Amino acid sequence: MTASSPPAAAWPRFLPSGDAALSVELGDTIDRRISAKVVRLHRHLRGGPLPGVIETLPTFRSLLVRFDPRETAPAALCDALTAIIGAMSDAPLPSRRWAIPVCYDPAFGLDIDEVASLAGMSPAQAVECQASAIYYVYMIGFLPGYAYLGDTPEPLRLPRRKNPRTRVPPGSLAIATAFASVYPFESPGGWHIIGRTPVSFFDAAADEPALLAPGDEIRFEPIAMDTYEALHNAGGTRPRLLGQEAAI
Amino acid sequence: MTTALAIIAPGLGVTVQDLGRPGFQAIGVPPGGALDPVTLRLANWLTGNAEGEGALEMRFSGPSFELHGGEAHLAVAGEGAWIELMPPYEGRYPAYRSVMMKPGQRFRVAIKGGGPCYLAVEGGFAIPPVLGSLSTLAVAGLGGFQGRALVMGDVLPLRLAAPELPGEQALRPPKFASAPAIRVMLGPQDTHFTPEGLSTFLGEPFTISHLSDRMGLRLEGKAVEHAGSFDLISDGNAHGAIQVPGSGQPIVLMADRGTTGGYPKIATVISADLPLLGRLPPGAALRFKAVTQAEAVEALRAQDAMLASLKASIAPYRDPGEELARALLEENIISGVADAQS
Repeated sequence: MTASSPPAAAWPRFLPSGDAALSVELGDTIDRRISAKVVRLHRHLRGGPLPGVIETLPTFRSLLVRFDPRETAPAALCDALTAIIGAMSDAPLPSRRWAIPVCYDPAFGLDIDEVASLAGMSPAQAVECQASAIYYVYMIGFLPGYAYLGDTPEPLRLPRRKNPRTRVPPGSLAIATAFASVYPFESPGGWHIIGRTPVSFFDAAADEPALLAPGDEIRFEPIAMDTYEALHNAGGTRPRLLGQEAAI
Repeated sequence: MTTALAIIAPGLGVTVQDLGRPGFQAIGVPPGGALDPVTLRLANWLTGNAEGEGALEMRFSGPSFELHGGEAHLAVAGEGAWIELMPPYEGRYPAYRSVMMKPGQRFRVAIKGGGPCYLAVEGGFAIPPVLGSLSTLAVAGLGGFQGRALVMGDVLPLRLAAPELPGEQALRPPKFASAPAIRVMLGPQDTHFTPEGLSTFLGEPFTISHLSDRMGLRLEGKAVEHAGSFDLISDGNAHGAIQVPGSGQPIVLMADRGTTGGYPKIATVISADLPLLGRLPPGAALRFKAVTQAEAVEALRAQDAMLASLKASIAPYRDPGEELARALLEENIISGVADAQS
């Protein structure tokens, strides 16, 4: 917690987001423990305990609560949420851990050589460094299924590219600052592309359309080009679920 | 042959939209849906549909169609829009009434205003919903007709092979405010702006940029001054949230917005004014006005009442000539009765 942070009693903090939503802030840093509180509150509210609440959207340190203002009022919601948050357990959340195969070949990892050189490493060392991290899913946002994963090992933390690409291929694994993500769709992007995965991160027809959920953990597993091709040609793949653990 | 609507000329960015897909923002899917859900509802009611049926959202340049298969009731709703039959047929039908179209008939939707218009068909389009909705989210290639805007040659099947409603219908055309002050509630990050920034935002006019789309309305005007950093920890974007990036030019986040973002959001448009905002064309000027939660809810209830009254005004369509004759006849009868009683 930084010097400017209010004391713990300052949380939760409620910010109005129009007449039909409010933002519940549970801290002011990007931190796995604060994120766990957000995820826990999100999961609790999904059970529908508060009449008038339509949906909730978990982000790094806050939860956006969308409601029908004809059915409930912000003051009543704040009271109810304060009570729920006060009674919430601090125990670790059950969390899934995934292994995601990634091919770091420069044909896919367009920036891997540059990233390695900026980090003062060989490309093989950069891959090893990135694949050694256990990433945590802070939130899904920006695009359907786009996961904000942290935290990238220190040596590989770089600012965004000066010139964003207008077209990043789907499946690209990209890094910038402390984060990593996989582009679920072709889209413009300003992060450094270091590899590509045959795993599909978003499938609207699946029971759970987004592969990942906030609170999950991920390890990237380097694979060779021919393995990538085989998995890709098989029509993409679901990754290996390493386990359901109390990991946070 | 299936009854279907074929696209002869696609117009500009015409997509299938309904009332959106709530419940998936946590996985990065914006609710989407009609930019002007008020007008969408009117088009649906005119064709006997539930309010949230999928219809075609059109702006600026209207598409042309040919009906295949069987007859169908369809209706256009929206300011400055009408249906025009194409040769060899002749005829012109105003918005806010339904029309029985015959197979083989070609027609175009003409659009004079810049706000969205909606073309609904009785029974709706036979398109599979994605995540519970027919709305097109083009940025992710999801929903609607093949996840994209319509192109020439597309054929959209209808659910009904033949009309079920006994006849054509009409409703009292709505009168919408023309030069509006858009009502907002300050926050979530109004404290990230200087007093000057706030007074610019609430005091100065803004113009809707031509770069606006279904994701956001980009505004042009005097720069809104930040008090500090404009790069925050990303949080959730509510519908109508007004983010102010480093340029100081606000962007109102609309139906297809990214679900999260890190620019400070100075204010949020109230629910009741989102359809109004969706109707404003590029180039339109607007001002913002801060209101309270109570005022916002009152405005929402007033809009609900306005919609209920428009819905209640739906009646079988009568030709204006016949209508006049009927009115005269009724008047004669009434005065006749009055005479008899005196």
